[in-house]
Amino acid sequence: MKVKIVMSYPSNRNRSKSRPLLEAVGISKNFGDFVANDDVSFSIHAGEIHALLGENGAGKSTFVKIAYGLLRPDIGQLFWNGEPVFINGPQQARKLGIGMVFQHFSLFDALTVAENIQLAMPPGETMASLSSRISSISKEYGIGVDPNARIYNLSVGQQQRVEIIRCLLQDPKLLIMDEPTSVLTPQETEQLFSVLRRFADNGLAVLFISHKLDEIRALTSRATVLRRGQNVGSVAIKGQTNSKLAEMMIGNKVKNVARQNAPAKSKLLFEVKNLYRPKDSAFSVTLRGISIAANAGEIFGIAGIAGNGQDELMSALIGEWRGADSGIIFLDGVDVSQKNPAERRVADMGFIPEERNGHAAVPSMSLADNALLTSHSIVELVRRGVLDLSSMKAKAGAIVKDFDVRLPVVNPLASSLSGGNLQKFVVGREIIKVPKVLIVSQPTWGVDVGAAVFIRKAMLDLAAKGSAVVMISQDLEEIFAISHRIAVLHDGILSDAKPAGILTAEKVGLLMGGSDAVGGVNI
Amino acid sequence: MEALILTILLTSVPLIFAATGELVAERSGVLNLGVEGMMLMGAVSAFAATSVLGSPYVGVFAGAVAGAVTAVVFALFALGLATNQVATGLALTIFGSGLSGLVGAPFVGRTVDGLPVFAIPFLADIPVLGNLLFKHDIMAYMSVAFLVIVALFLNRTRAGLVLRAVGNNHDSAHALGYPVLLVRFYAVSFGGMMAGLGGAYLPLVLTPHWSEGMTAGRGWIALALVVFASWIPSRILAGALLFGGITIMQLAGQARGWTIPSQMLSMMPYIATILVLVIIARNRRFALINSPACLGRIYMQNK
Repeated sequence: MKVKIVMSYPSNRNRSKSRPLLEAVGISKNFGDFVANDDVSFSIHAGEIHALLGENGAGKSTFVKIAYGLLRPDIGQLFWNGEPVFINGPQQARKLGIGMVFQHFSLFDALTVAENIQLAMPPGETMASLSSRISSISKEYGIGVDPNARIYNLSVGQQQRVEIIRCLLQDPKLLIMDEPTSVLTPQETEQLFSVLRRFADNGLAVLFISHKLDEIRALTSRATVLRRGQNVGSVAIKGQTNSKLAEMMIGNKVKNVARQNAPAKSKLLFEVKNLYRPKDSAFSVTLRGISIAANAGEIFGIAGIAGNGQDELMSALIGEWRGADSGIIFLDGVDVSQKNPAERRVADMGFIPEERNGHAAVPSMSLADNALLTSHSIVELVRRGVLDLSSMKAKAGAIVKDFDVRLPVVNPLASSLSGGNLQKFVVGREIIKVPKVLIVSQPTWGVDVGAAVFIRKAMLDLAAKGSAVVMISQDLEEIFAISHRIAVLHDGILSDAKPAGILTAEKVGLLMGGSDAVGGVNI
Repeated sequence: MEALILTILLTSVPLIFAATGELVAERSGVLNLGVEGMMLMGAVSAFAATSVLGSPYVGVFAGAVAGAVTAVVFALFALGLATNQVATGLALTIFGSGLSGLVGAPFVGRTVDGLPVFAIPFLADIPVLGNLLFKHDIMAYMSVAFLVIVALFLNRTRAGLVLRAVGNNHDSAHALGYPVLLVRFYAVSFGGMMAGLGGAYLPLVLTPHWSEGMTAGRGWIALALVVFASWIPSRILAGALLFGGITIMQLAGQARGWTIPSQMLSMMPYIATILVLVIIARNRRFALINSPACLGRIYMQNK
């Protein structure tokens, strides 16, 4: 396999004008059954700001972790300045000249900026010389940070600057930024962009990972788009529209998906009327006038790119967040706006949040305990305040059997299950109760194909029994595969829902890219 | 009056030793509640070595080694096997109390010649101050010297910076390639050595005999002292004098027939510590700078 890859390499080199700084050829990486990267090839040149674009779970993070030596590829070869390299760890990556700024910072709160940077540098340099180098780099790129400030006093944007300076002091040739703007305010984002542009002017290559189309068009010159672990093309950004990029990101596979036909006129089971939710931090999204009407027997799909209000909407529908007003959310005609999640469950709703570990399930508890957690006030698992352990185990056993959860041992800890199996369990735990309304977010995120097929079929079966399912998903193929009606969430606004049968991927892509914001597109 | 101050100074020496050692361990993120046990092991070893070999200086050495070895037992469990630090520390205190009683049984009732006073030339001749500060045994000078060295180590050296980093965020320290568990192992061992020295001071200077449980809660006062000093070395000195003073007041008060119950006075160090905790909790900024964020949190390598 490797031989073939190396042989294909010279022809690659001939095609490009200059020798790429970093080139990846045929990178594949699997996690169990899950294919994270599938034959990805990619190159970046000095002085270039290159975007790595893709939806959540498209394999961006896996790819950059391979480039930074945090993961080893199963197959494939990296080339640095044309020489084949095997990057065995971050230290070696840094030695080559690859720096990376992570989404989550690894700073020491209690220490000063200079101390934090000193910890990352080889020993021997005096504090005074380090401080002066920090100041000169800050000046050169306009990244002002006080070396004596303590980290906990800094804003997130300033903390990111510390991380960037820490990278720059190691004199990198390539700077990888993993979703750097996800934690920044718009002003901080603008400042970061001008810094990154200055890097490129100085000959530094920047690999910029994002799924925010506007940012990519504003900042980068080329983009490589990943979809389901595959490179679906590297394009020059000039002349690309948001909707073209969105289409590349989400693909046109959806054209071939058999659409669900909406059930004949049926009873309205779940209704949201004009939900407003102000943002509670600089990094969240304001929900503006969201209305949902889901009927018995239908799956109501909510599409959209991550970070457009999905988390905020989900917590409002579940009842983890509640506004001041009543008369917003109705279950089968009953106002549940002021009910908390447990009360909504009693009222016959089921919830499956996106995060399996820690939100939908408690990793350190057994499956039987986890089964109880969403049923404690509903099923007879508790008698006069005392847990009925055998009923709990029977309940968990029924979920495991009906939903084909593969267990390492009987009644294992939730954390010992693979992603796909735990997801089947948390989905099964809700569906087995046949709730009137099921609210689910990202039901098949990061699970293998087999489990995804199973989970989607289970949701369709639930709808067929007369329940209403509201599904928030960033996977457009999934949205088209099982939704009866589809609406798109963009920047906190939900478009009107349309029957799946009359929608095309292009139209939904346009909405996801926000082209509808000024009312330009009609579906 | 001079005699009273002198007694207070001597009483605070074991507290300075034990608290300085515990401070280093805690700044690296390890809460070792076994100080009392380590002090007792230090005390009995120091007394036994002095009694058998005849030299109190050998006793000092034996006390330091015994404390460190006891701490290594703690480290093997709490760091190597990632056991709960609170439970392990409590177990260590019980273990130390029991073992020191067993080892020390043959020595009960014996006396030894304690550490001689070593007057510092010239300085000792200063009126009043000379008597108070410069006519002590060698361990008293050592305790202050260790405190100064620890303060400089933590704030002025790279190794000290790494130790603080490990205590502040062990995941980030690991990501930068620092050996979290090894740093903590050294810090805990140093803490044990210091507790052993603090224990050794009791039979070698304060009361030249051995009796079971002779530390009488000084290990717990040292633990409280670390919090009272809000993990800042220089404050250990002031706190040790204050807590030492309170201990002496109890005795002096009884002798003079004060009406304050002695229990009230023995409460004082803990009440002062609780007050400091309340003040720290109300001042987020302060807590963030000096209290080790990873204190007591279990770290597992290769998780």
